[in-house]
Amino acid sequence: MTDTLAPSTASGSADSSGPGTGTARVKRGLAEMLKGGVIMDVVTVEQAKIAEDAGAVAVMALERVPADIRAQGGVARMSDPDLIAGIVDAVSIPVMAKARIGHFVEAQVLQHLGVDYIDESEVLSPADYVNHIDKWKFTAPFVCGATNLGEALRRITEGAAMIRSKGEAGTGDVSEATKHIRTIKGEINALKAKSPDELYVAAKELQAPYELVAEVARLGKLPVVLFTAGGVATPADAAMMMQLGADGVFVGSGIFKSGDPAKRAAAIVKATTFFDDPEEIANASRGLGEAMVGINVADVPAPHRLADRGW
Amino acid sequence: MTPKVGVLALQGDFREHLAVLAGLGAEAVPVRRARELEQVQGLVIPGGESTVMDKLSRAFGLREPLRERIADGMPVYGTCAGLIMLSDRVLDALPDQQTLGGLDVTVRRNAFGNQLDSFETDLDVDLLDGPPVHAAFIRAPIVEAVGPGAETVAALEDGRVVAVRQGNLLGTSFHPEITGETRFHEHFLSLL
Repeated sequence: MTDTLAPSTASGSADSSGPGTGTARVKRGLAEMLKGGVIMDVVTVEQAKIAEDAGAVAVMALERVPADIRAQGGVARMSDPDLIAGIVDAVSIPVMAKARIGHFVEAQVLQHLGVDYIDESEVLSPADYVNHIDKWKFTAPFVCGATNLGEALRRITEGAAMIRSKGEAGTGDVSEATKHIRTIKGEINALKAKSPDELYVAAKELQAPYELVAEVARLGKLPVVLFTAGGVATPADAAMMMQLGADGVFVGSGIFKSGDPAKRAAAIVKATTFFDDPEEIANASRGLGEAMVGINVADVPAPHRLADRGW
Repeated sequence: MTPKVGVLALQGDFREHLAVLAGLGAEAVPVRRARELEQVQGLVIPGGESTVMDKLSRAFGLREPLRERIADGMPVYGTCAGLIMLSDRVLDALPDQQTLGGLDVTVRRNAFGNQLDSFETDLDVDLLDGPPVHAAFIRAPIVEAVGPGAETVAALEDGRVVAVRQGNLLGTSFHPEITGETRFHEHFLSLL
């Protein structure tokens, strides 16, 4: 673990807890503990319990899964505090919740509610088309989406303690998730191959601080955990993301928009652990009932693509 | 001969443990299957979610082989969720949650609260030579009761117990594997 660019403690937070809390190490550390696991979108207490029983490593509490946000349209915002607090009370695993991009007051509210991770998410309608949230100011850790390495590094510079590749949420089409994790991994590999004097230009091109770019080149990976998200709907989808180098997966609409959510959730958990074992993935994939119907990303008009939100 | 040790790799920060053990000269391998467990002389159970480790260890037939090896005296070191897995009794567990057991202690899950209460501090540990241990507590458990079979290894200033041992079993509420602390792993390897 390295703490480049990481102030030792969060400051300016009204909810700041005791000494030694809110450090980059404990923020990034919680994500380290989630590795190899599946984080599931849930919209009710009952769904949260089903997810926990199925082996979810954390739940994402929200009012509508991305597939419904997409279908219903309109402005998507932070969920009702009653819903989030109810889910925080109902499960013993970590609870995440989404704030709009740039909406630092929604993030303050989520921290006050005691969520374990805040997702500054493109699935909701952005609140600021210029600035993301200054995440160093918070005791609660943040996860942010990214479609490429430069975007991931800009979010880390702003204080994100975990990155997820974006994919195209609410589609059940894994192709964008594949593209984004391959892009991030490929760009990291390209950095590793560069000589030190080439990293200055790389930093300029990535629009990220030189120190962080040099750190990624040296480590051969991001300094924070990298999950993947957006379109994962089957055990094989999850295992593919893991084989492509993800540390874990988010499954949004894919579980509770399917025929048998409890069984599918447990199956995706198993396939994520045994991601390199086709026999176990086959066993996990048997008799799951209908997957979410889904829509092809190619059929989604460009203005309605969520992954394009954030920069 | 280089000792061959395993890290339970069902879920959690097993890569960090593998790296620490490899750095200490051990041959360290991930363990997800009973046949992989047979190959190792000692085991680390990492941080992660104890509910998930419990479910997967049962689903993949690891629970009974793990219990047998623990009963046979295999050295095992558990951090955070790993400590929970090694404890005989757990508070605030899921209704059907089971542990492997071995440590005669009662632990409470998420005993400090949610992530906002996760913290770092320095701990004096008599078991280890050298300076205090810099410890990271992340949604950590606490040992609420230490039975006659087990022994306290470290406690916070207020007396709450955060590290215990019993025979060849060692458990810590915190995560040496993410703070560059190697002395607990050295101690574990010395038990082989």
